[in-house]
Amino acid sequence: MSQASVRQGGAGQTGQTGQTGQAGGPVRTVLAPVLLGVAVVLLWQGAVTLLAIKPFILPGPLTIADQFGANLQNVANGMLATGRNALIGLLIGTVLGVLLAILAALVRLLDEMAAPIVAAIAVVPIVALAPVLYTMYGAGAETARQFVAALAVFVPVYFNTLKGLRQVRPVHRDLMRSYAASNWQATRTVTLPTALPFVFTGLRIASSLAVISALIAEYFGGPVGGLGKSITSSASSSNYGLAWAYVLGSILLGLLFYSAALIVEKLVSRRSGG
Amino acid sequence: MSAPEAIPEPAPVHGKAASLAVDVRGVSRVFAGRKGASVTALDSVGLTVEPGEFVSLIGPSGCGKSTLLRLIADLDTPTTGEIRVFGKPARQARIDQDYGIAFQQAGLLPWRTVSGNIELPLELHGAGRAARRARAAELIELVGLSEFAGHYPDQLSGGMQQRVAIARSLAESPSLLLMDEPFGALDEMTRERMQNELVRICAETSAAVVFVTHSIPEAVFLSNRVVVLEPRPGRIRDVLRVGLGETGARGETLREDEEFFHVVSQVRELLHGEAPAGARGVEAR
Repeated sequence: MSQASVRQGGAGQTGQTGQTGQAGGPVRTVLAPVLLGVAVVLLWQGAVTLLAIKPFILPGPLTIADQFGANLQNVANGMLATGRNALIGLLIGTVLGVLLAILAALVRLLDEMAAPIVAAIAVVPIVALAPVLYTMYGAGAETARQFVAALAVFVPVYFNTLKGLRQVRPVHRDLMRSYAASNWQATRTVTLPTALPFVFTGLRIASSLAVISALIAEYFGGPVGGLGKSITSSASSSNYGLAWAYVLGSILLGLLFYSAALIVEKLVSRRSGG
Repeated sequence: MSAPEAIPEPAPVHGKAASLAVDVRGVSRVFAGRKGASVTALDSVGLTVEPGEFVSLIGPSGCGKSTLLRLIADLDTPTTGEIRVFGKPARQARIDQDYGIAFQQAGLLPWRTVSGNIELPLELHGAGRAARRARAAELIELVGLSEFAGHYPDQLSGGMQQRVAIARSLAESPSLLLMDEPFGALDEMTRERMQNELVRICAETSAAVVFVTHSIPEAVFLSNRVVVLEPRPGRIRDVLRVGLGETGARGETLREDEEFFHVVSQVRELLHGEAPAGARGVEAR
């Protein structure tokens, strides 16, 4: 809460301050990484061409782009299949994480009981559960992958939400007491809105985890069609360019999830600083 | 030490106890510390506030002035003693919303507009949408923020935020205002302007005020009575009646007034000097 700051500008101003406020301005912050990226790609292509590196060691960006373009429909289908699992896992994991965090915040005993269990879930390499889950739900179903993604999502959402629910400022707590507000009124008007930005921070962290988990889970079995399966099958049939094209698809899918979550987070936390 | 000039006592309407805005009797508050050590924040304090009276609590850090305010507001309960607000126990008065409160931090909800923040208590207590709107607009006008009704707290200066907090504390037209260093975080110029406004607002609403402050001129400028507290344990050292006229009639010129300086130095002596003989811990009436 910055008592001293006098900002009386329009409503749109607050979101930007601190983001692009650095020395270089927007042109430099956007241009610099783009230039670096172009330089890396050129260097990569140059090295592959000049040193005649074999495609099974490292295919050039041109080959990958070529394969990506030629198999656009397949890559898109793979992104759709994996993205669907990731999204379902993200939704289930988020709902569970938020609900259990609210319960834990309300009932201290539950929090103390849940803490070691959630910590245990956090350190388990969740994708390692995939083979077990495939035998449980059958190799023909996507359930195991969605389950893995949901578990991976649950942990950061739970911890961030719980932290957010504990951020209520003492002055707000006093205020609600002075209003003789009921527990539910205080939760609705102060606790939940205070926690909301934390929930979305958890969601942002979870968004890329969901994609990674859903994709890696495919390596351990289950139906074909997803990005993970496509990467392994292309690589095993020595089609390295295509394998890398699917990797490119995975990166795009991860970016898509992350950016979507980031935008939502920015929108939600605009008004939580004051 | 006696007050420089006596002002007429407000006439009691009915029974003595019921007519008091605040009646604090023999209140102590002991905070249990670690390893059995305890801190006595307040030690058998007695204080009364008449309806419409402006009373400041002043004293060094740790004298329990904020604790006393929190006890009156029923944000905390006394270890011993009794507090009545408008003749009711403090808890009942809180439930009945007999007071409005403002803290050192404005404590606005950052996700609500100025108008939304002022409407908050009305909303919690079930006022209708139209009634809320109308009351908020009235209060925003009162604190001079009409152009900022739709702004969010982070778009306002500290002084403006505090004005919103004061408007919010007035939302349900309470007959008692509790203020815990509301201008403590403001610069001197903003502070004096806010004091002038508070004097005007008090005259318009005729609410009793209990005002906690660190600032001697602030206490003298605003108050009918200044209660000087001493620390460790928190006790009332003396109560000084300030005869500088009706609260509402006080203006910028008063700050230059001879009498004003006189009272300021009296309070300063009480705060820094030795405790005066007699009248220790009791209210001189």
